[in-house]
Amino acid sequence: MTDSAGGPELTKGGDVAPEDTPVGEPLVVLEHVNKYFGELHVLKDIDLTINRGEVVVVIGPSGGGKSTLCRSINRLEPIDGGTILVDGAKLPEEGKQLARLRADVGMVFQSFNLFAHKTILQNVTLGPIKVRKVAKAEAEKQAMELLERVGIAAQAEKFPAQLSGGQQQRAAIARALAMKPKVMLFDEPTSALDPEMVKEVLDVMTGLAADGMTMIVVTHEMGFARRAAQKVVFMADGQIVEESTPDEFFTNARTERARDFLSKILSH
Amino acid sequence: MNWDVLFDFSPFGKESSEVLQAFWATVRLSVMTGVLSLVFGTVLVAMRVSPTPVLRRAGTVYVNIFRNTPLTLILVFTSLGLHDTLGISVSSGISANAYWLAVFGFTAYTSAFVCEALRAGINTVPIGQAEAARAIGLPFAQSLRLVILPQAFRASIAPLGSTLIAMIKNSTVVSVAGYIESAGQMKQMFDDYGATLPIFLGFAAAFMVLTLPAGLLTSYLAKRLAVVR
Repeated sequence: MTDSAGGPELTKGGDVAPEDTPVGEPLVVLEHVNKYFGELHVLKDIDLTINRGEVVVVIGPSGGGKSTLCRSINRLEPIDGGTILVDGAKLPEEGKQLARLRADVGMVFQSFNLFAHKTILQNVTLGPIKVRKVAKAEAEKQAMELLERVGIAAQAEKFPAQLSGGQQQRAAIARALAMKPKVMLFDEPTSALDPEMVKEVLDVMTGLAADGMTMIVVTHEMGFARRAAQKVVFMADGQIVEESTPDEFFTNARTERARDFLSKILSH
Repeated sequence: MNWDVLFDFSPFGKESSEVLQAFWATVRLSVMTGVLSLVFGTVLVAMRVSPTPVLRRAGTVYVNIFRNTPLTLILVFTSLGLHDTLGISVSSGISANAYWLAVFGFTAYTSAFVCEALRAGINTVPIGQAEAARAIGLPFAQSLRLVILPQAFRASIAPLGSTLIAMIKNSTVVSVAGYIESAGQMKQMFDDYGATLPIFLGFAAAFMVLTLPAGLLTSYLAKRLAVVR
């Protein structure tokens, strides 16, 4: 394992290190998760288990609840029923415990959301310094290693608006990795990118997957799903319609709904 | 008609020390109120965007009361109500007491406007910034302090400049609270020398010496510090 999830133990107060859950054990568990937006039932009784080291791709039509599912795992969207366990611990309500849990769950957004008033380096070091209480020099050293790894070390002193979309998204991945998360959530990470920048981001994500990072990826990138995922979850109308391996899903989808979806996106 | 009076600036010469003192009183009052309002306005806006409903509500009620009450009434309340009736004194010196009571009432009023200028600034910060801050594990207070407010302040500089200018001009109302500043001095001179154009122009210019740079500086800073997205 590389420095993304391993390295020196930095968390304070004896938090569980990523290595504590053996590979293959359940890391994120959703049970009977329900969520409403007013009248709209956006998550219908979702059961899903993501094992440690597993890469799970969530695909499906727009409005099917994929993003909501992803965002509910670090409680950016509070749920209305059911339970979500991350590394054995139930998601806390608001407050200090929730903040602590969020620090262990990396999140990459569709629109990057880099802190606009801070340089790339400051973006990456903010969390380690303020949340993990890492010394500034040490945090900067690790941040530079991460920026090197995602290929934008030369941009460290620039502000987000000075970077291309692909560079910003790679910076955002570095920012999430800097927290040494147990699991990484990607909410349509390439949907806002120009086509020629999609590859550079997917390459970084593929590298991460190969290094054993646990990842939940909402995406329309079928190539990435085939190449990097161990599991594909097909969601539509707030339900998990199908859950299988990429090979099986793309060649031999079981449900009519999934076959219909695939025929629409793969036909040209 | 005695035309000489129209161009007679001599009262300023005769009263130069009083005029300077009054001008200084305006500056002293404006600077202290400006600083305190910025601090208290920030506290208010933190309340208004906090996740705690009680705080949000309290902030909203405060702003609505003080933004919609005439400044004159607030100042009369601080001088007559707090001081004369309730006997609240912050200093043994009469003029120091008048100063602090004026600052108190004036800050209570101006903070409401500072709060709203800042809140407008917060609304320019995309929701994704707050979500990213939460996602790396920053609790609410730190998200606000490290991510949201620094961007909101920069977006608020121009409206804060307008609030600052309005505040400096509003300071003329403070004479009702028994604190003698430029407007009080002007009225005194009108009584002594007659309400002549030169006296009026002199004081108008004195206010512009304060308000014009305030406007220019805040416009410059707003441009200079703007967050590029």
